[in-house]
Amino acid sequence: MSKNAGWVLLLLVGTSGCQVVKEFQKNRLNDAEMILSNRKIEKTELSFQSYREGASGANAGKSGGGCGCN
Amino acid sequence: MKKICLTVVGLYIGLLAAFSQSNPDSSYRSRKLKIDEINLVSSYYHQDGDHAAVTGGIGSQKLTDISNSLEVKLIRYDHLNRKQTWSADIGLDHYTSASSDKIDPKTVSSASYSDTRIYPSFSFSRENEQKGTEWGGGLSYSGEFDYTSIGANLHGSKKTANKMGELTVKGQVYLDQVRLIYPIELRDGNSPDPLKRGTDSRNSYSLSTSWSQIINQRFQLAFLLDLVQQKGYLSLPFNRVYFTNGTVHVERLPDSRFKVPLGFRANYFAGDRLVLRSYYRYYFDNWGLRAHTASLETSVKINPFFSVSPFYRYYQQTGIDYFAPYLTHAPGKEFYSSNFDLSKFTSHFFGTGIRLAPPNGVLGIQHFNSIELRYGHYTRSNTLQSNIVSLHLKWK
Repeated sequence: MSKNAGWVLLLLVGTSGCQVVKEFQKNRLNDAEMILSNRKIEKTELSFQSYREGASGANAGKSGGGCGCN
Repeated sequence: MKKICLTVVGLYIGLLAAFSQSNPDSSYRSRKLKIDEINLVSSYYHQDGDHAAVTGGIGSQKLTDISNSLEVKLIRYDHLNRKQTWSADIGLDHYTSASSDKIDPKTVSSASYSDTRIYPSFSFSRENEQKGTEWGGGLSYSGEFDYTSIGANLHGSKKTANKMGELTVKGQVYLDQVRLIYPIELRDGNSPDPLKRGTDSRNSYSLSTSWSQIINQRFQLAFLLDLVQQKGYLSLPFNRVYFTNGTVHVERLPDSRFKVPLGFRANYFAGDRLVLRSYYRYYFDNWGLRAHTASLETSVKINPFFSVSPFYRYYQQTGIDYFAPYLTHAPGKEFYSSNFDLSKFTSHFFGTGIRLAPPNGVLGIQHFNSIELRYGHYTRSNTLQSNIVSLHLKWK
């Protein structure tokens, strides 16, 4: 329960101070290194991590398929 | 004389107006399908360790993998000015594995000692920039010697009215087939447990949701939640498990697994030269595995076109309920595994990347948009170590 409350609190704190940003003001947000998902160069890293570790997901990637058996 | 001059000036302006281009309609966009970008990612991966699952949690985990993937992305705008994106991706991995060679150690080199995996995928999406909505779907295939996977996905997203927040929902299905190749000494009725022959299925169903939010001109974040259900043959048929009484068995795991990863990502552009990319994930499943992942990458812009990005990732997991090392499983258990990927451990992954994106293209080639090189070293508390080098070339 306290964990859930923590997430909600984080969401509220994180989004409460939002400013409206116009398209012409998004040059920093649109920078290639500001992308809110994994970058293409991380593709193989994510693949081997999902094979070598028990946890996977929540990274906007695939959540199954392929083997990873070796 | 003045009248003549004014008439000449008037005629000149009139001529200019007549021959000048009309004001283009800013909303017009090409309806022809054209290449938006091409991405080529190549990687070299090498690992070694002392806990191969094929040999029951002991033995070399040496493995080398070379992977290449090529993605071509095409776009067009339809008659309602909606952006359509078509994407085709093909990947090719080739690996050699020391432990796979132990499935049948009598052979000089078993079938799975080296293998090639090919994985094409296609996707389509349509975005209405005015409404802030997008939907799409995709199909994928992955095939290697003993494993095939067919995948399909659908996704949709909706931005808030002020375009500062966006909700994305994605559903994915993977229908996999595992070819049941058992360790040589357990074939032909020599296993203490009954073993199925031929192939078996492994299906994965997932629902992914994310909420991304722009906080200000420098700061944006995202919350991610996946619900993943796997059904079918979730063990690997060639993984041995040695019991305390000396008998050897094929790994046996439940035929259902429910996974819940919760993620949080926050990116901040500090000053004019520093980008901070952070990520945290908490994971749990019904096999008893709990995991924390935290990473931080700092991209330092040496100039607007060249950046250096050191990164660090920390990972820690508890083991699954069914794990025990070599010769420590007691007889009589329903499920058992000696796969150290599912044991308790911590890992560290660190390295750096460099990215070059000059305004006139890399090497002066106009559409050669960027080149990126990244190296990472991975070390796990149960002896596994690996190194990876990746290269990304982008045409746009």
